[in-house]
Amino acid sequence: MKKFEYTEKKDTRSGFGAGLYELGKQNKNVVALCADLIGSLKMDAFIKDFPDRFYQCGIAEANMIGVAAGLTIGGKIPFAGTFANFATGRVYDQIRQSVAYSGKNVKICASHAGITLGEDGATHQIMEDIGLMKMLPGMVVINPCDYNQTKAATLAIADYFGPVYLRFGRPVVPNFTPADQKFEIGKALLLSEGKDVTIFATGHLVWKSIEAAEILEQKGISAEIINIHTIKPLDAEAVLKSVSKTKAVVTAEEHMLNGGLGDSIAQLLGRKLPTPIEMVAVNDKFGESGKPEDLLAKYGIDTNNIVDAVVHVLKRKTNQ
Amino acid sequence: MADIQKLKKIASQVRRDIVRMVHAQNSGHPGGSLGCTDFLTALYFEILEHESKNFDMDGKNQDLFFLSNGHLSALWYSVLARSGYFEVKELSSFRKLNSRLQGHPTTKEGLPGIRVASGSLGQGLSVACGAALTKKMNADPKIVYSLHGDGELQEGQIWEAAMFAAHHKIDNIISTVDYNGKQIDGPVDVVMSLGNLKSKWESFGWLVLEMNGNDIEDVVKTLKHAKSLTGKQKPIVILMKTEMGMGVDFMMGTHKWHGSAPNDEQLEKALAQLEETLGDY
Repeated sequence: MKKFEYTEKKDTRSGFGAGLYELGKQNKNVVALCADLIGSLKMDAFIKDFPDRFYQCGIAEANMIGVAAGLTIGGKIPFAGTFANFATGRVYDQIRQSVAYSGKNVKICASHAGITLGEDGATHQIMEDIGLMKMLPGMVVINPCDYNQTKAATLAIADYFGPVYLRFGRPVVPNFTPADQKFEIGKALLLSEGKDVTIFATGHLVWKSIEAAEILEQKGISAEIINIHTIKPLDAEAVLKSVSKTKAVVTAEEHMLNGGLGDSIAQLLGRKLPTPIEMVAVNDKFGESGKPEDLLAKYGIDTNNIVDAVVHVLKRKTNQ
Repeated sequence: MADIQKLKKIASQVRRDIVRMVHAQNSGHPGGSLGCTDFLTALYFEILEHESKNFDMDGKNQDLFFLSNGHLSALWYSVLARSGYFEVKELSSFRKLNSRLQGHPTTKEGLPGIRVASGSLGQGLSVACGAALTKKMNADPKIVYSLHGDGELQEGQIWEAAMFAAHHKIDNIISTVDYNGKQIDGPVDVVMSLGNLKSKWESFGWLVLEMNGNDIEDVVKTLKHAKSLTGKQKPIVILMKTEMGMGVDFMMGTHKWHGSAPNDEQLEKALAQLEETLGDY
């Protein structure tokens, strides 16, 4: 398989902060909002250089979403940032009515998504957000895998008209995608070709899938790795193309099984190309406090879980 | 000087539209709509600087209005049609299948005059604040208006927005509260008291005015006064006393007509009290 290298580990939230700062320089219509989490969202640089285009909302997320919807009337492009839990579940009806149903050009920027938020525990570790957001008609759902990709995605969504949910996180993870990449919304990225199984991964689990594929290679299993950074709209063509070749699927995500990437892939394959599939995701459980790596292991969404899922799905493939 | 007689004639026709629309589909919210008819008529026909013919979403260099209590849709649709946003005959499609006149207002069907969906209560003040900020950033001197129910003030988001507007000195917004004292389950004081509403808003940092929402002359005068108070670092709210069901005797003095439609006999009785001034749709 293709070799992947990285020079440093970085957090995806910093990729968002860097992208937002670039947008500050490039696009005068971009405005930012935050609900008392400037430092956590890495918005400091934008605020320092573009203070007139930033609105602090305080700990009042519902109002922030409504204000963001209003800011679009007259041509602004609001980037509203807070933790993923408070950016989705807490304000679902505000997003539903004032943003999605109203077709507003609001970018919901959600940090600290998933279980790798770590020590703060389950109150803050939302793993339902992708499901909540993808159910909203017209909502684009993006979950980039590393710093560079998050920065590129942040830049790209400013050029797209319509509501977007951009999901990123807190832990430092290998920054392996190119710094100069062009981010194409809705375009799956084939990271490494393989013939026995396709691993569809999103967010932090993309690097874990690369690690898993390296282990599988040593076992003589050739895994194709596809980075699904856009969960909605799903790149059905890329999914079907790969699966018609490998005929076995594993999905990997830092999210609940219900409503996640695996569920979108299974829905597509069930209708178009029924194929054995295993899903690496959290199954109907709340998280808990702990170190990100320990949590990924305990909740069954780590590298070895992807390896096991591949071994398992290949048995089902052979038995067909 | 405002032509109060002319506004009264328009209001009478709007009230006819409301009861006819709600009756035709046996569905809708006549009570609050009739109560706020004088206000919305005065706003659209005397106060707002707007372009009804070439509606565009951004509304640059125009005043904007947001109906936060979206269940007053029949009222808003009638006023929009009567002021030229779309043809009056389209009012007959209210709440019907394939209509742009949805049960609660929406942008999705592209009905001119509407800039955000409303219906789920408490969201419109936040949206109005955002639109007002964009006007400031765009150096657009026009004003953003919004209307809210008094029951709607029970939603926490209203007070989040109230804090936000004062904190950011949003002084190009004039919000009005339909203070009719009634909501679906009964009197507001019985369902969930609002306490001293005037001092609540004042303590949140707003300039508070009061008016009789069923006296068109007072509405015009107060809205003009409110406009003269914009640009002074403070958001403005008008507590507007109205009578739910105003103009139709049997719909007044009760919350029962909040969300009920009149039957054929009641429609006739209602229409007999409302002069047809501009021609029914």
